[in-house]
Amino acid sequence: MLKVTRLVKDFGKARIIYPTTFEVKRDEIVSLVGPNGAGKTTLVNLISGHVKVTGGKIEFLERDITYASPYHRIKMGIARNFQITNLFDNSTVLDNIRICLFSVYGKIKRGILPATHYKAITEEAAEVLDTFGIGDKKEVFPGNLSEGDKKVLDTAMAFALKSKFLLLDEPTSGVATGDKFKVMDTIISAIKKERMACLIIEHDMDIVSDYTDRVLVLAEGTIIADGKPKEIMEQSNVKEVLFGVKA
Amino acid sequence: MALKRFLMRPRFIIYAVVILGFVFLPRLLSTFNLILFEYGLTFAIVALGFNLLLGYTGLLSFGHGAYFAAGAYGVAMTAKYFPAHFSLEILIPAALLVSLIISAIFGFVCVRHTRIFFSILALALSMLLYALVFKFYHVTGGSDGLYVKIPSVFGYTFEGVRRPQFLMGFYYYFLLGVFFAALILMKGIVSSPFGKALQAIRDNEVRAELIGIRVRRYRLYAFIISGMYAGLGGALWSFVNGHVTPDVAHWVFSGEIVYMTLLGGFAVLAGPVVGALIFTFLKLYAMGSTEYWMLIIGATLIILVLVLPAGIAGGFAKLVAKISQHFATRAA
Repeated sequence: MLKVTRLVKDFGKARIIYPTTFEVKRDEIVSLVGPNGAGKTTLVNLISGHVKVTGGKIEFLERDITYASPYHRIKMGIARNFQITNLFDNSTVLDNIRICLFSVYGKIKRGILPATHYKAITEEAAEVLDTFGIGDKKEVFPGNLSEGDKKVLDTAMAFALKSKFLLLDEPTSGVATGDKFKVMDTIISAIKKERMACLIIEHDMDIVSDYTDRVLVLAEGTIIADGKPKEIMEQSNVKEVLFGVKA
Repeated sequence: MALKRFLMRPRFIIYAVVILGFVFLPRLLSTFNLILFEYGLTFAIVALGFNLLLGYTGLLSFGHGAYFAAGAYGVAMTAKYFPAHFSLEILIPAALLVSLIISAIFGFVCVRHTRIFFSILALALSMLLYALVFKFYHVTGGSDGLYVKIPSVFGYTFEGVRRPQFLMGFYYYFLLGVFFAALILMKGIVSSPFGKALQAIRDNEVRAELIGIRVRRYRLYAFIISGMYAGLGGALWSFVNGHVTPDVAHWVFSGEIVYMTLLGGFAVLAGPVVGALIFTFLKLYAMGSTEYWMLIIGATLIILVLVLPAGIAGGFAKLVAKISQHFATRAA
Protein backbone atom coordinates (compact mmCIF):
# COMPACT_ATOMS: atom_id res chain seq x y z
CA MET A 1 0.00 0.00 0.00
CA LEU A 2 2.67 2.48 1.04
CA LYS A 3 6.08 2.06 -0.51
CA VAL A 4 9.04 4.20 0.49
CA THR A 5 12.14 3.87 -1.68
CA ARG A 6 15.56 5.30 -0.79
CA LEU A 7 13.98 8.29 0.95
CA VAL A 8 16.42 11.02 1.98
CA LYS A 9 15.92 14.19 3.99
CA ASP A 10 18.44 16.93 4.68
CA PHE A 11 17.88 19.91 6.95
CA GLY A 12 20.51 22.33 5.70
CA LYS A 13 23.75 20.37 5.69
CA ALA A 14 22.61 17.83 8.26
CA ARG A 15 21.26 14.58 6.89
CA ILE A 16 18.37 13.43 9.06
CA ILE A 17 17.10 10.50 7.01
CA TYR A 18 19.63 8.34 5.17
CA PRO A 19 18.37 6.31 2.20
CA THR A 20 15.46 4.44 3.76
CA THR A 21 13.33 1.78 2.12
CA PHE A 22 10.29 0.03 3.57
CA GLU A 23 6.77 -0.96 2.76
CA VAL A 24 3.43 -1.14 4.58
CA LYS A 25 0.89 -3.61 3.26
CA ARG A 26 -2.88 -3.46 3.31
CA ASP A 27 -4.50 -4.08 6.73
CA GLU A 28 -1.08 -4.10 8.34
CA ILE A 29 -0.32 -2.37 11.61
CA VAL A 30 3.34 -1.49 11.71
CA SER A 31 5.21 0.20 14.52
CA LEU A 32 8.19 2.46 14.14
CA VAL A 33 10.60 2.45 17.07
CA GLY A 34 13.94 4.01 17.71
CA PRO A 35 15.87 6.20 20.14
CA ASN A 36 15.25 9.93 20.47
CA GLY A 37 16.47 11.88 17.46
CA ALA A 38 16.44 8.86 15.17
CA GLY A 39 14.14 10.72 12.75
CA LYS A 40 10.82 8.98 13.46
CA THR A 41 8.69 12.10 13.44
CA THR A 42 10.57 13.44 10.40
CA LEU A 43 9.72 10.23 8.57
CA VAL A 44 6.03 10.66 9.43
CA ASN A 45 6.20 14.32 8.36
CA LEU A 46 7.69 13.27 5.02
CA ILE A 47 4.93 10.75 4.39
CA SER A 48 2.15 13.15 5.37
CA GLY A 49 3.67 15.85 3.18
CA HIS A 50 4.23 18.16 6.10
CA VAL A 51 7.93 18.38 5.27
CA LYS A 52 9.41 18.38 1.76
CA VAL A 53 11.43 15.40 0.54
CA THR A 54 15.12 15.82 -0.43
CA GLY A 55 15.44 12.65 -2.43
CA GLY A 56 13.94 9.23 -3.05
CA LYS A 57 10.40 8.21 -3.74
CA ILE A 58 7.13 7.68 -1.86
CA GLU A 59 4.40 5.66 -3.51
CA PHE A 60 0.87 5.21 -2.23
CA LEU A 61 -1.54 2.77 -3.90
CA GLU A 62 0.90 2.50 -6.83
CA ARG A 63 0.95 6.25 -7.36
CA ASP A 64 3.93 8.50 -6.91
CA ILE A 65 3.14 11.02 -4.16
CA THR A 66 6.70 12.18 -3.45
CA TYR A 67 5.87 15.76 -4.36
CA ALA A 68 2.09 15.77 -3.82
CA SER A 69 0.71 18.50 -1.51
CA PRO A 70 -0.57 17.55 1.96
CA TYR A 71 -4.08 18.35 0.71
CA HIS A 72 -3.86 15.77 -2.12
CA ARG A 73 -2.39 13.15 0.19
CA ILE A 74 -5.33 13.60 2.55
CA LYS A 75 -7.74 13.30 -0.35
CA MET A 76 -5.95 10.09 -1.39
CA GLY A 77 -6.37 8.68 2.09
CA ILE A 78 -3.33 9.41 4.22
CA ALA A 79 -4.23 10.90 7.60
CA ARG A 80 -2.13 11.60 10.66
CA ASN A 81 -2.36 12.60 14.28
CA PHE A 82 0.14 14.68 16.22
CA GLN A 83 2.58 13.88 18.98
CA ILE A 84 1.78 17.18 20.67
CA THR A 85 -2.02 17.34 20.48
CA ASN A 86 -3.18 19.65 17.76
CA LEU A 87 -6.88 20.39 18.20
CA PHE A 88 -9.38 23.17 17.51
CA ASP A 89 -9.45 24.54 21.03
CA ASN A 90 -12.41 26.89 20.68
CA SER A 91 -14.72 24.30 19.15
CA THR A 92 -16.49 21.57 21.08
CA VAL A 93 -15.28 17.97 20.91
CA LEU A 94 -18.23 17.17 18.64
CA ASP A 95 -17.34 20.05 16.30
CA ASN A 96 -13.72 18.94 16.14
CA ILE A 97 -14.90 15.67 14.62
CA ARG A 98 -17.71 17.27 12.62
CA ILE A 99 -15.31 19.57 10.78
CA CYS A 100 -13.31 16.51 9.69
CA LEU A 101 -16.47 14.80 8.43
CA PHE A 102 -17.65 17.90 6.56
CA SER A 103 -14.27 17.95 4.89
CA VAL A 104 -14.43 14.25 3.96
CA TYR A 105 -17.91 14.50 2.48
CA GLY A 106 -17.05 17.67 0.56
CA LYS A 107 -19.66 19.69 2.44
CA ILE A 108 -17.19 22.08 4.00
CA LYS A 109 -17.99 24.74 1.38
CA ARG A 110 -21.69 24.88 2.28
CA GLY A 111 -22.20 28.33 3.69
CA ILE A 112 -25.86 29.03 4.45
CA LEU A 113 -27.48 26.31 6.56
CA PRO A 114 -26.19 25.80 10.10
CA ALA A 115 -23.96 22.79 10.80
CA THR A 116 -26.66 21.25 13.00
CA HIS A 117 -28.87 20.94 9.90
CA TYR A 118 -26.65 18.09 8.62
CA LYS A 119 -28.13 15.44 10.91
CA ALA A 120 -26.45 12.40 9.33
CA ILE A 121 -23.01 13.93 9.78
CA THR A 122 -23.76 14.98 13.35
CA GLU A 123 -24.87 11.44 14.14
CA GLU A 124 -21.80 9.96 12.52
CA ALA A 125 -19.56 12.31 14.51
CA ALA A 126 -21.27 11.13 17.68
CA GLU A 127 -20.68 7.52 16.58
CA VAL A 128 -16.98 8.17 16.06
CA LEU A 129 -16.78 9.63 19.55
CA ASP A 130 -18.60 6.59 20.95
CA THR A 131 -16.19 4.26 19.16
CA PHE A 132 -13.30 6.05 20.83
CA GLY A 133 -15.01 6.03 24.22
CA ILE A 134 -15.44 9.80 24.61
CA GLY A 135 -19.09 9.96 23.51
CA ASP A 136 -20.13 11.54 26.81
CA LYS A 137 -17.87 14.55 26.28
CA LYS A 138 -19.47 15.94 23.09
CA GLU A 139 -20.11 19.45 24.36
CA VAL A 140 -16.85 19.80 26.27
CA PHE A 141 -14.10 22.07 24.95
CA PRO A 142 -10.78 20.30 24.30
CA GLY A 143 -9.04 22.48 26.89
CA ASN A 144 -11.11 20.81 29.62
CA LEU A 145 -10.27 17.24 28.57
CA SER A 146 -7.71 15.10 30.33
CA GLU A 147 -4.40 14.59 28.54
CA GLY A 148 -5.41 11.05 27.63
CA ASP A 149 -8.75 12.12 26.18
CA LYS A 150 -7.04 14.86 24.17
CA LYS A 151 -4.78 12.23 22.63
CA VAL A 152 -7.76 10.03 21.85
CA LEU A 153 -9.61 12.96 20.26
CA ASP A 154 -6.56 13.82 18.17
CA THR A 155 -6.45 10.25 16.88
CA ALA A 156 -10.22 10.19 16.39
CA MET A 157 -9.93 13.24 14.14
CA ALA A 158 -7.38 11.48 11.94
CA PHE A 159 -9.63 8.40 11.99
CA ALA A 160 -12.72 10.43 11.03
CA LEU A 161 -11.05 11.43 7.77
CA LYS A 162 -11.91 7.93 6.52
CA SER A 163 -8.38 7.42 5.37
CA LYS A 164 -6.92 4.20 4.10
CA PHE A 165 -3.62 4.75 5.85
CA LEU A 166 -3.17 6.24 9.28
CA LEU A 167 0.05 7.74 10.65
CA LEU A 168 0.02 7.80 14.44
CA ASP A 169 2.81 9.71 16.15
CA GLU A 170 3.00 8.45 19.74
CA PRO A 171 -0.75 8.12 20.35
CA THR A 172 -0.12 7.27 24.00
CA SER A 173 2.56 9.79 25.01
CA GLY A 174 1.35 11.87 27.93
CA VAL A 175 -1.32 9.31 28.79
CA ALA A 176 -1.17 7.93 32.32
CA THR A 177 0.58 4.52 32.33
CA GLY A 178 -2.52 2.75 33.62
CA ASP A 179 -4.65 4.11 30.76
CA LYS A 180 -2.22 3.39 27.93
CA PHE A 181 -3.56 -0.05 27.12
CA LYS A 182 -7.15 1.10 27.31
CA VAL A 183 -6.38 3.90 24.85
CA MET A 184 -4.54 1.55 22.50
CA ASP A 185 -7.37 -0.99 22.71
CA THR A 186 -9.90 1.59 21.52
CA ILE A 187 -7.65 2.94 18.77
CA ILE A 188 -6.54 -0.44 17.41
CA SER A 189 -10.02 -1.98 17.46
CA ALA A 190 -11.42 1.05 15.60
CA ILE A 191 -8.66 0.78 13.00
CA LYS A 192 -9.16 -2.96 12.58
CA LYS A 193 -12.89 -2.48 12.17
CA GLU A 194 -12.35 -0.11 9.25
CA ARG A 195 -9.52 -2.26 7.83
CA MET A 196 -7.07 0.63 7.72
CA ALA A 197 -3.32 0.24 7.43
CA CYS A 198 -1.39 2.02 10.11
CA LEU A 199 2.11 3.18 11.00
CA ILE A 200 2.53 3.88 14.71
CA ILE A 201 5.47 5.55 16.40
CA GLU A 202 5.73 4.09 19.88
CA HIS A 203 8.22 3.98 22.72
CA ASP A 204 6.53 1.44 24.93
CA MET A 205 7.82 -2.01 23.96
CA ASP A 206 4.86 -3.77 25.57
CA ILE A 207 2.49 -1.87 23.31
CA VAL A 208 4.68 -2.59 20.30
CA SER A 209 4.67 -6.31 20.88
CA ASP A 210 0.99 -6.50 21.91
CA TYR A 211 -0.60 -4.46 19.16
CA THR A 212 1.52 -4.41 16.04
CA ASP A 213 2.17 -6.96 13.29
CA ARG A 214 5.58 -5.74 12.34
CA VAL A 215 8.30 -3.49 13.73
CA LEU A 216 10.63 -1.10 11.94
CA VAL A 217 13.63 -0.02 13.98
CA LEU A 218 15.00 3.36 13.01
CA ALA A 219 18.40 4.49 14.26
CA GLU A 220 20.39 7.52 13.14
CA GLY A 221 18.17 8.08 10.14
CA THR A 222 18.05 4.62 8.68
CA ILE A 223 16.17 1.37 9.24
CA ILE A 224 18.34 -1.24 10.93
CA ALA A 225 15.77 -3.97 11.49
CA ASP A 226 12.39 -5.01 10.09
CA GLY A 227 10.39 -7.99 11.29
CA LYS A 228 7.98 -9.51 13.82
CA PRO A 229 8.15 -7.89 17.26
CA LYS A 230 9.30 -11.03 19.11
CA GLU A 231 12.13 -11.75 16.66
CA ILE A 232 13.28 -8.16 16.44
CA MET A 233 13.68 -7.81 20.19
CA GLU A 234 16.16 -10.62 20.22
CA GLN A 235 18.53 -9.07 17.68
CA SER A 236 21.69 -7.71 19.26
CA ASN A 237 21.93 -4.50 17.24
CA VAL A 238 18.33 -3.65 18.12
CA LYS A 239 18.96 -4.26 21.81
CA GLU A 240 21.92 -1.96 21.61
CA VAL A 241 20.12 1.04 20.10
CA LEU A 242 16.90 0.62 22.03
CA PHE A 243 18.05 -0.46 25.46
CA GLY A 244 21.73 0.45 25.39
CA VAL A 245 22.70 -3.16 26.10
CA LYS A 246 25.91 -4.30 24.47
CA ALA A 247 25.67 -7.90 23.32
CA MET B 1 -47.39 23.17 20.79
CA ALA B 2 -43.95 23.43 19.27
CA LEU B 3 -44.76 26.91 18.03
CA LYS B 4 -46.00 27.95 21.46
CA ARG B 5 -42.85 26.71 23.13
CA PHE B 6 -40.81 28.56 20.50
CA LEU B 7 -42.68 31.78 21.17
CA MET B 8 -42.19 31.46 24.92
CA ARG B 9 -38.43 31.35 24.67
CA PRO B 10 -36.90 34.48 26.25
CA ARG B 11 -34.54 34.84 23.32
CA PHE B 12 -37.45 35.16 20.93
CA ILE B 13 -39.13 37.78 23.09
CA ILE B 14 -35.95 39.87 23.07
CA TYR B 15 -35.76 39.59 19.27
CA ALA B 16 -39.40 40.60 18.89
CA VAL B 17 -38.95 43.65 21.14
CA VAL B 18 -35.84 44.75 19.27
CA ILE B 19 -37.44 44.36 15.84
CA LEU B 20 -40.63 46.20 16.93
CA GLY B 21 -38.47 48.91 18.46
CA PHE B 22 -36.58 49.33 15.19
CA VAL B 23 -39.78 49.47 13.16
CA PHE B 24 -41.29 52.23 15.31
CA LEU B 25 -38.06 54.15 15.72
CA PRO B 26 -38.95 56.90 13.17
CA ARG B 27 -41.83 57.91 15.49
CA LEU B 28 -39.64 57.94 18.58
CA LEU B 29 -36.48 59.67 17.44
CA SER B 30 -35.93 63.18 16.11
CA THR B 31 -34.91 63.49 12.45
CA PHE B 32 -31.37 64.21 13.51
CA ASN B 33 -31.09 61.16 15.73
CA LEU B 34 -32.83 58.92 13.22
CA ILE B 35 -30.39 59.87 10.47
CA LEU B 36 -27.57 59.26 12.91
CA PHE B 37 -29.10 55.88 13.62
CA GLU B 38 -29.11 55.15 9.89
CA TYR B 39 -25.41 55.95 9.72
CA GLY B 40 -25.04 53.51 12.58
CA LEU B 41 -26.94 50.79 10.72
CA THR B 42 -24.76 51.11 7.62
CA PHE B 43 -21.64 50.90 9.77
CA ALA B 44 -23.18 47.91 11.55
CA ILE B 45 -23.31 46.01 8.24
CA VAL B 46 -19.67 46.93 7.60
CA ALA B 47 -18.55 45.87 11.07
CA LEU B 48 -20.52 42.63 10.75
CA GLY B 49 -18.54 41.77 7.63
CA PHE B 50 -15.31 42.96 9.17
CA ASN B 51 -15.86 40.63 12.11
CA LEU B 52 -16.14 37.58 9.84
CA LEU B 53 -12.47 38.23 9.21
CA LEU B 54 -11.38 39.32 12.71
CA GLY B 55 -13.57 37.26 15.03
CA TYR B 56 -14.13 34.15 12.97
CA THR B 57 -11.07 33.82 10.72
CA GLY B 58 -8.55 35.51 13.00
CA LEU B 59 -7.32 38.12 10.52
CA LEU B 60 -7.13 41.78 11.56
CA SER B 61 -7.59 44.02 8.53
CA PHE B 62 -6.57 47.66 8.82
CA GLY B 63 -7.82 48.40 5.34
CA HIS B 64 -11.52 47.73 5.28
CA GLY B 65 -12.17 51.34 4.37
CA ALA B 66 -11.06 50.38 0.86
CA TYR B 67 -14.02 48.04 0.30
CA PHE B 68 -16.40 50.49 1.94
CA ALA B 69 -15.09 53.08 -0.53
CA ALA B 70 -15.47 50.56 -3.37
CA GLY B 71 -19.18 50.26 -2.56
CA ALA B 72 -19.70 53.99 -2.03
CA TYR B 73 -17.81 54.98 -5.18
CA GLY B 74 -19.54 52.17 -7.06
CA VAL B 75 -22.78 54.05 -6.40
CA ALA B 76 -21.41 57.56 -6.91
CA MET B 77 -19.63 56.74 -10.16
CA THR B 78 -22.66 54.99 -11.57
CA ALA B 79 -24.48 58.25 -10.85
CA LYS B 80 -21.81 60.16 -12.73
CA TYR B 81 -21.38 57.89 -15.75
CA PHE B 82 -24.74 56.14 -16.11
CA PRO B 83 -27.25 58.69 -14.80
CA ALA B 84 -30.07 56.88 -16.58
CA HIS B 85 -29.61 53.81 -14.37
CA PHE B 86 -29.72 55.54 -11.04
CA SER B 87 -32.10 53.28 -9.19
CA LEU B 88 -31.55 51.19 -6.05
CA GLU B 89 -32.12 47.79 -7.66
CA ILE B 90 -29.22 48.45 -10.05
CA LEU B 91 -26.97 50.43 -7.71
CA ILE B 92 -26.79 47.91 -4.87
CA PRO B 93 -25.74 44.96 -7.09
CA ALA B 94 -23.30 47.29 -8.90
CA ALA B 95 -21.73 48.30 -5.58
CA LEU B 96 -21.52 44.64 -4.54
CA LEU B 97 -19.81 43.79 -7.83
CA VAL B 98 -17.26 46.59 -7.48
CA SER B 99 -16.42 45.60 -3.90
CA LEU B 100 -16.24 41.95 -4.97
CA ILE B 101 -13.67 42.77 -7.63
CA ILE B 102 -11.58 45.04 -5.41
CA SER B 103 -11.64 42.67 -2.42
CA ALA B 104 -10.83 39.65 -4.62
CA ILE B 105 -7.75 41.41 -6.03
CA PHE B 106 -6.57 42.86 -2.70
CA GLY B 107 -7.51 39.69 -0.82
CA PHE B 108 -5.53 37.53 -3.21
CA VAL B 109 -2.42 39.46 -2.16
CA CYS B 110 -3.27 39.80 1.54
CA VAL B 111 -4.15 36.20 2.44
CA ARG B 112 -0.63 35.12 1.55
CA HIS B 113 0.31 36.42 4.99
CA THR B 114 -1.18 36.35 8.47
CA ARG B 115 -0.97 38.35 11.70
CA ILE B 116 0.69 41.79 11.55
CA PHE B 117 1.92 41.23 7.98
CA PHE B 118 -1.64 40.73 6.84
CA SER B 119 -2.79 43.86 8.69
CA ILE B 120 -0.06 46.06 7.22
CA LEU B 121 -0.57 44.70 3.71
CA ALA B 122 -4.31 45.37 3.95
CA LEU B 123 -3.58 48.88 5.19
CA ALA B 124 -1.05 49.54 2.41
CA LEU B 125 -3.45 48.40 -0.31
CA SER B 126 -6.28 50.50 1.07
CA MET B 127 -4.00 53.55 1.06
CA LEU B 128 -3.16 52.75 -2.55
CA LEU B 129 -6.84 52.91 -3.39
CA TYR B 130 -7.11 56.12 -1.39
CA ALA B 131 -4.27 57.69 -3.42
CA LEU B 132 -5.89 56.61 -6.70
CA VAL B 133 -9.28 58.02 -5.75
CA PHE B 134 -7.67 61.19 -4.43
CA LYS B 135 -5.48 61.87 -7.50
CA PHE B 136 -7.78 60.99 -10.38
CA TYR B 137 -9.74 64.20 -10.09
CA HIS B 138 -11.50 63.96 -13.43
CA VAL B 139 -12.69 60.43 -12.83
CA THR B 140 -13.46 60.37 -9.13
CA GLY B 141 -13.86 64.02 -8.21
CA GLY B 142 -10.65 63.94 -6.15
CA SER B 143 -10.89 65.60 -2.76
CA ASP B 144 -14.19 67.26 -3.79
CA GLY B 145 -15.78 63.85 -3.89
CA LEU B 146 -18.96 63.01 -5.77
CA TYR B 147 -22.57 63.95 -5.14
CA VAL B 148 -25.10 61.15 -4.66
CA LYS B 149 -28.67 62.17 -5.42
CA ILE B 150 -31.78 60.38 -4.20
CA PRO B 151 -32.16 57.16 -6.20
CA SER B 152 -35.33 55.88 -7.82
CA VAL B 153 -36.79 52.47 -6.98
CA PHE B 154 -38.26 50.24 -9.70
CA GLY B 155 -39.17 53.23 -11.80
CA TYR B 156 -40.60 55.24 -8.92
CA THR B 157 -38.74 58.54 -8.56
CA PHE B 158 -38.78 60.54 -5.36
CA GLU B 159 -39.18 63.82 -7.23
CA GLY B 160 -39.69 66.80 -5.00
CA VAL B 161 -38.89 64.71 -1.94
CA ARG B 162 -36.10 66.18 0.16
CA ARG B 163 -33.38 63.97 1.59
CA PRO B 164 -34.47 64.01 5.26
CA GLN B 165 -37.98 63.03 4.21
CA PHE B 166 -36.60 60.27 1.99
CA LEU B 167 -34.39 59.03 4.81
CA MET B 168 -37.18 59.06 7.38
CA GLY B 169 -39.65 57.27 5.19
CA PHE B 170 -38.96 54.66 2.57
CA TYR B 171 -35.20 54.52 2.96
CA TYR B 172 -35.24 53.78 6.68
CA TYR B 173 -37.33 50.65 6.16
CA PHE B 174 -35.29 49.62 3.15
CA LEU B 175 -32.12 49.96 5.20
CA LEU B 176 -33.67 48.06 8.08
CA GLY B 177 -34.67 45.20 5.73
CA VAL B 178 -31.21 44.97 4.20
CA PHE B 179 -29.63 45.12 7.64
CA PHE B 180 -31.71 42.22 8.99
CA ALA B 181 -31.12 40.20 5.82
CA ALA B 182 -27.36 40.78 6.18
CA LEU B 183 -27.50 39.85 9.87
CA ILE B 184 -29.42 36.61 9.26
CA LEU B 185 -27.14 35.70 6.36
CA MET B 186 -24.08 36.27 8.55
CA LYS B 187 -25.61 34.15 11.31
CA GLY B 188 -26.05 31.41 8.70
CA ILE B 189 -22.50 31.76 7.43
CA VAL B 190 -20.82 31.56 10.82
CA SER B 191 -22.75 28.51 12.00
CA SER B 192 -22.52 26.64 8.67
CA PRO B 193 -19.84 24.07 7.85
CA PHE B 194 -18.02 26.84 5.98
CA GLY B 195 -18.09 29.03 9.09
CA LYS B 196 -16.84 26.13 11.20
CA ALA B 197 -13.97 25.70 8.74
CA LEU B 198 -13.05 29.37 9.16
CA GLN B 199 -13.06 29.00 12.94
CA ALA B 200 -10.93 25.87 12.60
CA ILE B 201 -8.43 27.89 10.54
CA ARG B 202 -8.44 30.62 13.19
CA ASP B 203 -7.79 28.14 16.01
CA ASN B 204 -5.26 25.88 14.35
CA GLU B 205 -4.06 26.57 10.85
CA VAL B 206 -1.76 23.54 10.67
CA ARG B 207 -4.40 21.03 11.69
CA ALA B 208 -6.99 22.65 9.43
CA GLU B 209 -4.70 22.08 6.47
CA LEU B 210 -4.22 18.47 7.53
CA ILE B 211 -7.90 17.60 7.68
CA GLY B 212 -8.26 18.73 4.09
CA ILE B 213 -9.25 22.39 4.36
CA ARG B 214 -7.52 24.61 1.80
CA VAL B 215 -6.53 27.29 4.28
CA ARG B 216 -5.45 30.06 1.94
CA ARG B 217 -8.45 29.64 -0.34
CA TYR B 218 -10.89 29.75 2.57
CA ARG B 219 -9.21 32.85 3.93
CA LEU B 220 -9.73 34.44 0.53
CA TYR B 221 -13.41 33.47 0.52
CA ALA B 222 -13.81 35.02 3.97
CA PHE B 223 -11.97 38.12 2.79
CA ILE B 224 -14.25 38.52 -0.22
CA ILE B 225 -17.46 38.03 1.78
CA SER B 226 -16.15 40.48 4.34
CA GLY B 227 -15.24 42.97 1.63
CA MET B 228 -18.70 42.67 0.06
CA TYR B 229 -20.36 43.40 3.39
CA ALA B 230 -18.17 46.49 3.65
CA GLY B 231 -19.13 47.42 0.09
CA LEU B 232 -22.83 46.96 0.83
CA GLY B 233 -22.46 49.16 3.91
CA GLY B 234 -20.62 51.75 1.84
CA ALA B 235 -23.31 51.81 -0.84
CA LEU B 236 -26.11 52.22 1.71
CA TRP B 237 -24.10 54.88 3.52
CA SER B 238 -23.61 56.92 0.35
CA PHE B 239 -27.39 57.55 0.07
CA VAL B 240 -27.59 58.63 3.71
CA ASN B 241 -24.58 60.90 3.41
CA GLY B 242 -25.43 62.20 -0.08
CA HIS B 243 -21.79 62.80 -0.80
CA VAL B 244 -18.77 60.51 -1.16
CA THR B 245 -15.20 61.63 -0.47
CA PRO B 246 -11.87 59.76 -0.56
CA ASP B 247 -11.69 59.91 3.26
CA VAL B 248 -13.61 56.64 3.45
CA ALA B 249 -10.68 54.80 1.86
CA HIS B 250 -8.23 56.32 4.33
CA TRP B 251 -6.79 54.15 7.10
CA VAL B 252 -8.27 56.43 9.76
CA PHE B 253 -11.73 55.27 8.72
CA SER B 254 -10.50 51.66 8.58
CA GLY B 255 -9.32 52.17 12.14
CA GLU B 256 -12.81 53.31 13.11
CA ILE B 257 -14.22 50.03 11.77
CA VAL B 258 -11.76 48.14 13.98
CA TYR B 259 -12.74 50.35 16.92
CA MET B 260 -16.48 49.69 16.44
CA THR B 261 -15.91 45.95 16.40
CA LEU B 262 -13.75 46.02 19.53
CA LEU B 263 -16.26 48.28 21.27
CA GLY B 264 -19.08 45.81 20.68
CA GLY B 265 -16.94 42.69 21.07
CA PHE B 266 -15.71 40.38 18.34
CA ALA B 267 -16.51 37.09 20.06
CA VAL B 268 -20.29 37.43 19.67
CA LEU B 269 -22.24 37.82 16.46
CA ALA B 270 -24.17 40.91 17.54
CA GLY B 271 -21.05 42.57 18.99
CA PRO B 272 -20.07 44.60 15.91
CA VAL B 273 -23.68 45.77 15.46
CA VAL B 274 -23.88 47.08 19.02
CA GLY B 275 -20.41 48.59 18.66
CA ALA B 276 -21.21 50.37 15.40
CA LEU B 277 -24.43 51.91 16.75
CA ILE B 278 -22.84 53.07 19.99
CA PHE B 279 -19.75 54.39 18.23
CA THR B 280 -21.79 56.48 15.80
CA PHE B 281 -23.65 58.23 18.62
CA LEU B 282 -20.59 58.45 20.87
CA LYS B 283 -18.48 60.06 18.17
CA LEU B 284 -21.07 62.63 17.13
CA TYR B 285 -22.07 63.66 20.64
CA ALA B 286 -18.42 63.76 21.70
CA MET B 287 -17.69 65.98 18.69
CA GLY B 288 -20.65 68.19 19.51
CA SER B 289 -19.76 68.73 23.14
CA THR B 290 -16.01 69.31 23.04
CA GLU B 291 -13.27 69.97 20.54
CA TYR B 292 -11.18 67.38 22.37
CA TRP B 293 -13.55 64.63 21.25
CA MET B 294 -10.68 62.40 20.22
CA LEU B 295 -9.66 62.31 23.86
CA ILE B 296 -13.06 60.84 24.75
CA ILE B 297 -12.82 58.22 22.00
CA GLY B 298 -9.26 57.32 23.03
CA ALA B 299 -10.10 57.16 26.73
CA THR B 300 -13.07 54.92 25.94
CA LEU B 301 -10.79 52.55 24.05
CA ILE B 302 -8.32 52.37 26.95
CA ILE B 303 -11.07 51.73 29.50
CA LEU B 304 -12.56 49.14 27.18
CA VAL B 305 -9.33 47.20 26.78
CA LEU B 306 -8.59 47.28 30.51
CA VAL B 307 -12.05 46.67 31.96
CA LEU B 308 -14.10 45.02 29.24
CA PRO B 309 -11.81 43.15 26.81
CA ALA B 310 -14.78 41.20 25.46
CA GLY B 311 -16.53 44.42 24.41
CA ILE B 312 -19.95 45.66 25.43
CA ALA B 313 -22.02 42.85 23.88
CA GLY B 314 -19.39 40.28 24.86
CA GLY B 315 -19.42 41.51 28.46
CA PHE B 316 -23.21 41.43 28.49
CA ALA B 317 -23.27 37.86 27.13
CA LYS B 318 -20.85 36.81 29.87
CA LEU B 319 -23.03 38.46 32.51
CA VAL B 320 -26.14 36.66 31.23
CA ALA B 321 -24.27 33.35 31.21
CA LYS B 322 -23.13 33.95 34.78
CA ILE B 323 -26.63 34.80 36.02
CA SER B 324 -28.26 31.79 34.33
CA GLN B 325 -25.53 29.56 35.72
CA HIS B 326 -26.15 30.99 39.18
CA PHE B 327 -29.85 30.14 38.95
CA ALA B 328 -29.12 26.71 37.51
CA THR B 329 -26.88 25.79 40.44
CA ARG B 330 -29.42 27.21 42.87
CA ALA B 331 -32.19 25.08 41.40
CA ALA B 332 -30.02 21.99 41.58
